[in-house]
Amino acid sequence: MSLTGNISGGRRALLSSRSGILRGSRLLVSLAVTMLGLLLITFLIGRVMPIDPVLAVVGERATNEVYEATRKAMGLDDPLIIQFFNYITEVIRGDFGTSLLTSRPVIDDIARVFPATLELATVATFIGVLIGVPAGVIAAVHQGRWPDHVVRLLGLFGYSMPVFWLGLMGLLIFYGKLDWVAGPGRLDVFYEDIVPQVTSVILIDSLLAGDFEVFGNALAHIILPASVLGYYSLAYVSRMTRSFMLEQLAQEYVTTARVKGLSEARVIWRHALGNVMVPLITVIALSYANLLEGSVLTEIVFAWPGIGFYITNALLSADMAAVLGGTVVVGTVFIGLNLLSDVLYRFVDPRARQGG
Amino acid sequence: MTKFTSAFAAGMLAVVTMTSTAALSATPKDTLVVATTIDDIVSLDPAEAFEFSGGDLLQNTYDHLIEFDPKNLSAGYQPGLAASWTVSEDGKTFTLTMRDGVKFQSGNPFTAEDAEFSLRRAVLLQKTPSFILTQFGFTKDNIEDTIKATDAKTLVIKTDKTYAQSFVLNCLSATIGSIVDKKTAMAHEKDGDMGYEWLKTNTAGSGAYSLKSWKPNESYVLEANENYWRAKPAMKRVFVRHIAESASQRLQLEKGDVDVARNLTPEDIAAISGNADLAVDEDLRGRIVYMSLNQKKAPLNDPKVIEAFKWAVDYKGMTETILRGQYTVHEAFLPLTYLGELKDKPYKLDIAKAKALLAEAGHADDISIKINVRNEPTYMAMAQAIQGTLTQAGMKVELTPMTGKQSLGEYRARQHDVYLGAWGPDYPDPHTNADTFAHNPNNSDEAKLTGKLAWRNAWDIPEMTKETEAAVQEADTAKRAEMYRAIQREHQKTSPFVIMFQKIEQTGRRKNVQGLVTGSAISSVYYWTVTK
Repeated sequence: MSLTGNISGGRRALLSSRSGILRGSRLLVSLAVTMLGLLLITFLIGRVMPIDPVLAVVGERATNEVYEATRKAMGLDDPLIIQFFNYITEVIRGDFGTSLLTSRPVIDDIARVFPATLELATVATFIGVLIGVPAGVIAAVHQGRWPDHVVRLLGLFGYSMPVFWLGLMGLLIFYGKLDWVAGPGRLDVFYEDIVPQVTSVILIDSLLAGDFEVFGNALAHIILPASVLGYYSLAYVSRMTRSFMLEQLAQEYVTTARVKGLSEARVIWRHALGNVMVPLITVIALSYANLLEGSVLTEIVFAWPGIGFYITNALLSADMAAVLGGTVVVGTVFIGLNLLSDVLYRFVDPRARQGG
Repeated sequence: MTKFTSAFAAGMLAVVTMTSTAALSATPKDTLVVATTIDDIVSLDPAEAFEFSGGDLLQNTYDHLIEFDPKNLSAGYQPGLAASWTVSEDGKTFTLTMRDGVKFQSGNPFTAEDAEFSLRRAVLLQKTPSFILTQFGFTKDNIEDTIKATDAKTLVIKTDKTYAQSFVLNCLSATIGSIVDKKTAMAHEKDGDMGYEWLKTNTAGSGAYSLKSWKPNESYVLEANENYWRAKPAMKRVFVRHIAESASQRLQLEKGDVDVARNLTPEDIAAISGNADLAVDEDLRGRIVYMSLNQKKAPLNDPKVIEAFKWAVDYKGMTETILRGQYTVHEAFLPLTYLGELKDKPYKLDIAKAKALLAEAGHADDISIKINVRNEPTYMAMAQAIQGTLTQAGMKVELTPMTGKQSLGEYRARQHDVYLGAWGPDYPDPHTNADTFAHNPNNSDEAKLTGKLAWRNAWDIPEMTKETEAAVQEADTAKRAEMYRAIQREHQKTSPFVIMFQKIEQTGRRKNVQGLVTGSAISSVYYWTVTK
């Protein structure tokens, strides 16, 4: 889905500034409509769920008086549409409300849990791309021979293995037996709160503070969960790369390049892969966006305090302020990555640069 | 291509080598690291906190006027911040003398004014656990007279009726009786909330530890209070980490990255039992598991059908298989170790008897029910076992798995057929469970006594309600205990509650960790007693 739209080539020069503004405002409107729709649907789902948000606060023992007083204080007596309107008004003011479960502003909670997910998803995507793309290329080049079989088998394995099991096995072997990596959590307890929080992404914060011990510990903690998640991303990316490459390698320009006497490596890695980059960027962006939603199971196994666990926990307790806040973040991430891949298209695809 | 691959391999190797040196082995000698679940903490305000993990945290950060000795829990209530007390002849006025020389973590000295403030605000804030205090007749209109500091050392409490002395004092030892530092709380007051918003995420007590940080669903850190009046805690810092997965907890315990693991499954407990560096402690907790029949739904209100249910449960079989080590068979509503505990187990699995009772009732094969159950592995396993035996007895049973919050909504609205769930006592006095299992002064829908299990199951018991009320007012402790035993015997015979199990908590710890008390049935975890 492209949100930016195309610009007509001939009138581009003449209308460039006007169309820029137009495009910008169109983008903003479609962004606002998407977010509003997303919030409305989430809000309605939250209200039809057979979970009572008041009970989430007052607990099993509450007398009816306490229950009613709390219900009123939470604004749940108002009609649905008023509740939604009130919520949106607050959001526009920048107030996402207070989470029932953590007693804190949702915005603070998200500022705490999202960087954890961002950090994990980014490292995982790096692993997935750095291994997945070359693996896909190799498989395509050696189609039908053993490197292809190995890559496809690994991909299949990655698809079909439950993440929960893979995570536990990883912990058992690399943490329990071999001692190569650190255990669950983002840091050993003794390293917590040592470096000042700037981005809340520990790998970056520790580098900013110049504290390599904390950096090393954070890396030791992230490498395993990121590898587990990265494996899934790898399985997807390598499979897609392989099929894109197969298509390109059958094209005439590849034969031409070979006839011209270019080295095989240049033909494959430069010409063919170069042309695969456009669809591949979409694939990678999608897989990254998926990881940024947070992977609940991975987060549970690795005690990783990310947004997946946060939203799931909130949903099960009907903590709607938290669920809606999380939805806004996930929605923004999706839209943002979409825009980013559009921008990257222009960068890698000359046709898009020329507006064709 | 080869260049790329080798560069990549070298890079990965570098990462692995770098990280492999970073893993730590054992925790420092003055530090305790605990792996547990803390995602149920909703609020840290003692006037509101009512969950297990919240109770654990507050137990270590606050003191109470009346407390238990963690080294001898069975001795019952003891002087806490109240060094002594007297009770008037009519049993309605309690005069408590405050302990000298106690300071809050802020450095403010503790006085009777703090005690007055803490108990009054718990009543005024009207949060869920407030009933523990308001059941003595305290209201926002009379509180100026009923809870009063007459001088810096004396607090006078006046109840509306005569209650057993032990009942009043036991209630003061509950989390809601935590004594808050008035000056600190009021310094953070907003719109007359008595510091509520601030105390939801901070602590202001005189306990053995102060809260250094709390990251919801992630961890909290406690720091020793060097001025603690009982002792200097040996553990200077306690790190409590949220680790939901039992296998992850076990791995960290085995590696020595954590000292204590509190949520190990029977499989993981069995797996570590041969490890010479580790030990497993068992502690009988207060939680009771029961199944209850909604008396609004015929034929579940037929006494013979009710009795049939009680014979159609494999109590012993479950504790030997799916609940191994986690629960013990217990068939009365007061947890073992409580005053008035009853050890009788009149029921066991007897399908033939259950069938005969159903036939006598004229419902040999036409009963079709839904059991509402929490969608958690242990409860689901119990529900499936029960479904099996009830089916053998001739019933059609459907399980409805629900989230905890979801099943509760239906239960409180009296819409369920059969509910399978648990009840944990709210304070260490028999009345806590008698009040919910055997007390229902008004069975009408309008009464909405949603806090009482007897009401939720529409069980109309005017006689037993009177007996329960009499027991809570009985001054003679031995007689009081006997009254509870009589109520429980009757309850076992006639109630629509099939009480099945009591919780055993299994805690895995490193062998060098000594003195950890998880609180038994009456209290929560204590960290100041721990040494390494």
